Amino acid sequence: MEKVIEIKHLNKSFGQHEVLRDVNFTVNKGEVVCLIGSSGSGKSTLLRCINLLETPSGGEIIYNGENILDEKHNIKEYRTHLGMVFQQFNLFDNHNVLSNCMVGQQKVLKRSKDEAKVNALKYLSVVGMDQYVNAKPRQLSGGQKQRVAIARALAMDPDVMLFDEPTSALDPEMVGEVLKVMRQLADEGNTMLIVTHEMEFAREVSDRVVFMDKGVIVEEGPPEQVLVNPVNERTKEFLKRTLK
Amino acid sequence: MSLDIILSILEENWPSYLRGAYMTLLIAIISTIIGALIGLFIGVMHTIPLRKKSIKSVILKLVNVILTVYVEIFRGTPMIVQAMVVFYGLAAYGFEMDRFVAAIVVVGLNTGAYMAEYVRGGIVSIDKGQYEAAEAIGMGHFQTMIHVILPQVFRNILPATGNQLIMNIKDSAVLSVISVTELFFTTKSIAGANFRFAESYIITCIIYLIMTVVASQILRYIEKKMDGQNAYQVEQIRKK
Repeated sequence: MEKVIEIKHLNKSFGQHEVLRDVNFTVNKGEVVCLIGSSGSGKSTLLRCINLLETPSGGEIIYNGENILDEKHNIKEYRTHLGMVFQQFNLFDNHNVLSNCMVGQQKVLKRSKDEAKVNALKYLSVVGMDQYVNAKPRQLSGGQKQRVAIARALAMDPDVMLFDEPTSALDPEMVGEVLKVMRQLADEGNTMLIVTHEMEFAREVSDRVVFMDKGVIVEEGPPEQVLVNPVNERTKEFLKRTLK
Repeated sequence: MSLDIILSILEENWPSYLRGAYMTLLIAIISTIIGALIGLFIGVMHTIPLRKKSIKSVILKLVNVILTVYVEIFRGTPMIVQAMVVFYGLAAYGFEMDRFVAAIVVVGLNTGAYMAEYVRGGIVSIDKGQYEAAEAIGMGHFQTMIHVILPQVFRNILPATGNQLIMNIKDSAVLSVISVTELFFTTKSIAGANFRFAESYIITCIIYLIMTVVASQILRYIEKKMDGQNAYQVEQIRKK
């Protein structure tokens, strides 16, 4: 299997507090990986370290055979290969739906306006938001915003999509529409790394589940193994509380 | 004091009043624009993230110190004194400045000092998520500023800029100390000739009021325009 991102001995501490300790794992091409664990276990920090929204304290992140934590590495260029979806959507408030999905393509990837528009519309229709191209973010519901945010990330044609608790800020009613889009993306063979609390979704969609606790990866494997027949005591305890 | 006298003063002196008002407006508008640009520049300079220790960051720090000194000086001294120092002070060193230019320099620098804080506040108050989303897409700091942050800052500082314009329309009256022929200075000459002080200044008062009210209405209109429509058009999708 082709490795997209490989993480070796990653550490992250905020002051005295160690959030990630010697984390090693790999995301392969076409794979859907779910990161689960209780709040404060470091899963969001791990995701944010991968696209360098947080600067790791140590270790290596290998992309395309190069360690991107090297001083000389072009971080901006690297980031264009990762699509990020945030818990709080973070759509650009001064742009409408269409131009949210175009601005990165035009200004960062230097695509022409027409090319960017065609691509943006393609992904907006994937997430079912192509009717709302003229709407401003403040005019949309949470679920709609998140679907636009997914289209914005996809429009950059990234190698990996990173999702940071994409449904945690949504009403229960809207969770479904976002998960549906993500499920579709998974079926289409996109490489996805998802931090989530939706255990049911993780079980159905992921190829691999990674359970984190106190900044370390405790257990990882296929969803049937980790979520149904966990080996580790901590994993069992966590699942007992979440899968009532 | 009667309406007749006011009307007769107006009849005799309306071209002077008009010229004075025009000068006042010109000074206020130009210096507000200059001040807003200065403020924008300082606000942006003050919010550039400093990463590693490099020559670049040392230079940036130095520039920021100089800018802070400028802001403190112009916020901490009366504009009337600044006008005297700039105009007569520079003249003493053989640098004769046109009075109108001196007026714009003083009011512009004054406005810039205030606007710098508004802009900085405007930039800092934008949600961190906006920066993160732009960064995650691969934008650099300046791209993020230009395409995402500053357009939002413009909208946020518009009320403060409008306030500053109105202040400048009124406060430019102090420029009469360096004999700039704005509205107040003009009125002084008119009243000095006819000795009808109350009536002459009542006219001036009304002109100032008209200018400030109209300015604030125009600004409110611009704010509304910038907010855009509340409704949006739903596109009809043609299914293949």
